[in-house]
Amino acid sequence: MRKYSVFALAREAMRGHKGWDEQWSSPEPRAEYDVIIVGAGGHGLATAYYLAKEHGITNVAVLEKGWLGGGNTGRNTTIIRSNYLYDESAGIYDHAVKLWDGLSQDLNYNVMYSARGVMMLAHNVHDVQVLKRHIHANRLNGIDNEWLSPEQAKEFCPPLNISKDARYPVVGASLQRRGGTARHDAVAWGYARAASARGVDIIQNCEVTGIKRAPNGAVMGVETSRGFIGAKKVGVVAAGHTSVLMDMAGVRMPLESYPLQALVSEPVKPVVPCVVMSNTVHAYISQSDKGELVIGAGTDQYISYSQTGGLHILNHTLDAICEMFPIFTRMKMLRSWGGIVDVTPDRSPILAKTPVQGLYVNCGWGTGGFKATPGSGNVFAHTIARDEPHPINAPFTIERFRTGRLIDEAAAAAVAH
Amino acid sequence: MLLIRCPYCEEERPELEFRNAGEAHIARAADIAAVSDEDFEKFFFIRSNPKGIIYERWRHIHGCARFFNAVRDTVTDKFVMTYKAGEPKPDISKLKKESGPAAYANRPPDQLNVKKPAAKRAPASKGDA
Ligand SMILES: Cc1cc2nc3c(=O)[nH]c(=O)nc-3n(C[C@H](O)[C@H](O)[C@H](O)COP(=O)(O)OP(=O)(O)OC[C@H]3O[C@@H](n4cnc5c(N)ncnc54)[C@H](O)[C@@H]3O)c2cc1C
Ligand SMILES: [Zn+2]
Repeated sequence: MRKYSVFALAREAMRGHKGWDEQWSSPEPRAEYDVIIVGAGGHGLATAYYLAKEHGITNVAVLEKGWLGGGNTGRNTTIIRSNYLYDESAGIYDHAVKLWDGLSQDLNYNVMYSARGVMMLAHNVHDVQVLKRHIHANRLNGIDNEWLSPEQAKEFCPPLNISKDARYPVVGASLQRRGGTARHDAVAWGYARAASARGVDIIQNCEVTGIKRAPNGAVMGVETSRGFIGAKKVGVVAAGHTSVLMDMAGVRMPLESYPLQALVSEPVKPVVPCVVMSNTVHAYISQSDKGELVIGAGTDQYISYSQTGGLHILNHTLDAICEMFPIFTRMKMLRSWGGIVDVTPDRSPILAKTPVQGLYVNCGWGTGGFKATPGSGNVFAHTIARDEPHPINAPFTIERFRTGRLIDEAAAAAVAH
Repeated sequence: MLLIRCPYCEEERPELEFRNAGEAHIARAADIAAVSDEDFEKFFFIRSNPKGIIYERWRHIHGCARFFNAVRDTVTDKFVMTYKAGEPKPDISKLKKESGPAAYANRPPDQLNVKKPAAKRAPASKGDA
């Protein structure tokens, strides 16, 4: 891998940019690997990267049915934060935030992590209580999160409407300054390039259609649209399609897949300096470096694999955005799209071994897993390499739905992202 | 937005009138305290989440307020049929022959919705809740 640097840029500028290498190679699949990762989203690619970097396992293939990063990774609104309520969540999400800081250097790829602050609005007494409870819990876990008055919120985000007669009055906000955004595609590309450079095979247009098991039940490999590929360890990292893949191995999952939508406006000059979220009215907004307002909506109410959602969902979100930011009422929206998110009953992920020997699963990130990409890949690689979880992901088992040891972020906050 | 046919009102109405209520045909044990942890997990948390035909519950919350069941394709989001709560799970192999997915998609609204107001119609059969 040729290192990216200002000198490389200057050199290529001199010779018409003809010397850039492919960012990752696209080899034919081998007959067998030590580890197969199903799904080349951010989490799958990060897993492969850390398997190679931290565990010395480089005979790894990442199989992707479409194109790399074309799933939820390339469809999300890129909000990064770690101010979750429970200790287990604080552990895994903050592990990720610590890795985000320094990821561009580690990968030699600009993932554009921007700690511009994530502000969560309170519109009523209940919101105030919930957000303050989070702030206190976060502080005990060493995670920054602070309370802002409406005036302080407006100072931090000037276009916000804090007038008392607003339809959704702002009565306060919480702010995590280390929260922010990153460039979604760059995260997938950066991990793919760095993993490929360490010997990982990234194989696109290769759909896994079956998981083959030996007579003793252990995993032997996967059937794919490009033939059988052997491996004694298979990690499923397929977001909305996890139930479909795990069914192939006879494992039924506590998951439901829903459409989740987002949209972007025409590009304008910098106007939203941070991320603003309102869980109560279901709207999230930030501004990309290109200038587009990036707006996230809620999920549809029914299970679907259609990668589209209802227009009334977007409508509802834009209603809320226009109430909170009257300045945007005349903005034009350019594009909207949907992804399929895999939701667990307690809204916390599953990163674990499964009842099938050699089969591992990383799923259930639902509407909010982009922020966890580096941390998730890091501890999942550990789980696969050592055949036992890292202490950080040890609580995120499948069995918790039998034992009752839920990590109930759903009840804690009803938070989306 | 989905268009959903309520089998009680016998009308196709916009999704906004309905609330999805999860997977259908999951029976609650008569003595829930007696079931094993494994069975409770299956009943309460494990879901089919199929890519393809799903059997699901809906509630016509802003209409007649009753629960009913539906067969839908989760790839196209088209309904194959809806049926009253308590009716047996339809045999999908037969359904496909009769109606195909989207039995009443793309049909003009005047052919879908009954014109007589609900009150003048024959009462819904008893014992179907
Ligand atoms: C609209 C939207 C907004 C969001 N906003 C945020 C946000 O602001 N902040 C946040 O933290 N999170 C957000 N999320 C959630 C976040 O995008 C996901 O949790 C995260 O990106 C999941 O990454 P992943 O790598 O697990 O999945 P994906 O990126 O979906 O990757 C899974 C891959 O598996 C592949 N695959 C599936 N089946 C097969 C098969 N049979 N064979 C081979 N490959 C297969 C898919 O093609 C896909 O590329 C949002 C999601 C959406 C849809
Ligand atoms: Zn009805």
